[in-house]
Amino acid sequence: MQALLGKKIGMTQVYDNGINVPVTVLQVGPCVVAQVKTPERDGYAGVQLGFVEIKPTRASQPRAGHFKKAGVACHRFLREVALDRGETAQVGDTVTAAIFQGVAYVDVIGTTKGRGFQGVVKRHGFAGGPAAHGHMMHRRSGSIGNRTWPSRVFKNRRMSGHMGHVQATQQNLKVVQVRPEDHVILVRGAVPGPTGGLLLVRKAIKKATKAS
Amino acid sequence: MSTAILEKINQEQMRQEGPPAFSIGDAVRVHVKIKEGDKERVQVFAGTVIARDGRGATETFTVRRVSYGEGLERVFPVHSPGLAKVEVERTGKVRRAKLYYLRKLTGKASKITEGAGPVAAKAAPASA
Repeated sequence: MQALLGKKIGMTQVYDNGINVPVTVLQVGPCVVAQVKTPERDGYAGVQLGFVEIKPTRASQPRAGHFKKAGVACHRFLREVALDRGETAQVGDTVTAAIFQGVAYVDVIGTTKGRGFQGVVKRHGFAGGPAAHGHMMHRRSGSIGNRTWPSRVFKNRRMSGHMGHVQATQQNLKVVQVRPEDHVILVRGAVPGPTGGLLLVRKAIKKATKAS
Repeated sequence: MSTAILEKINQEQMRQEGPPAFSIGDAVRVHVKIKEGDKERVQVFAGTVIARDGRGATETFTVRRVSYGEGLERVFPVHSPGLAKVEVERTGKVRRAKLYYLRKLTGKASKITEGAGPVAAKAAPASA
């Protein structure tokens, strides 16, 4: 299994060989395999994972039917993940944090905290204007274009607007501890999203994942 | 459930024997383990405890000393394994939790009156 669904529990610090390491505690799994994608039928290999068990009455009817057909309990979240090379999976298999045992680095994909409607200073790091000496341009964006040519504003002009609540990936986070018995892993540093937010924790794709 | 795990991880990081017994205003000698290559030695940082911050596994305390006329402050995590021991040399009688006012004072004005309550009461684990 290349990845697992999880949620952010919170941050703390641990001592790793006497060195104080800031860590984020992530609950990963247990996830259940709800569907297996095969190259013959779907054109690629992968599995669909369910996370957070719920009552069938809490799921939408199509969702509940999907689980019923697979013969597994209803889950709140469904995501597709890739399999390791040569790995096979069966519908109904339970996958735990144990897959991260011996993994050195992971990528964590989440949804950042929503900041609402924000100005250009916070959203794009614009400098704004001077605060005093009679200036009246404090946190404004300044000019947004030219004149009769092109008589329009170019696309992708950075302006104020909604900030946050977008998908973000934090790559190459070091795995500090794996605790399959608690369904928990500890990674060094911060992770996108609020406490309790849904995450996809994946073996790092740009770094050798095996612990050396 | 989730905060229970966080609590469990924090508990594991904390000293089993509880935090070293000292309070704000005490003159202490902090024994710090220092790794040099494979060898380990202990260095002592002596000064006055001027603040305690945070709680649980992430609690820290600040020790201030004046050496060669230059004020020096070091922040130690209470539960760090690099902390060999904390000796209380002299208890101090102070009326606030943060002694940041000492930074502006020098010489005799920065002295702290000795003794605040029985030392035994301090040595006893307060709440934990």
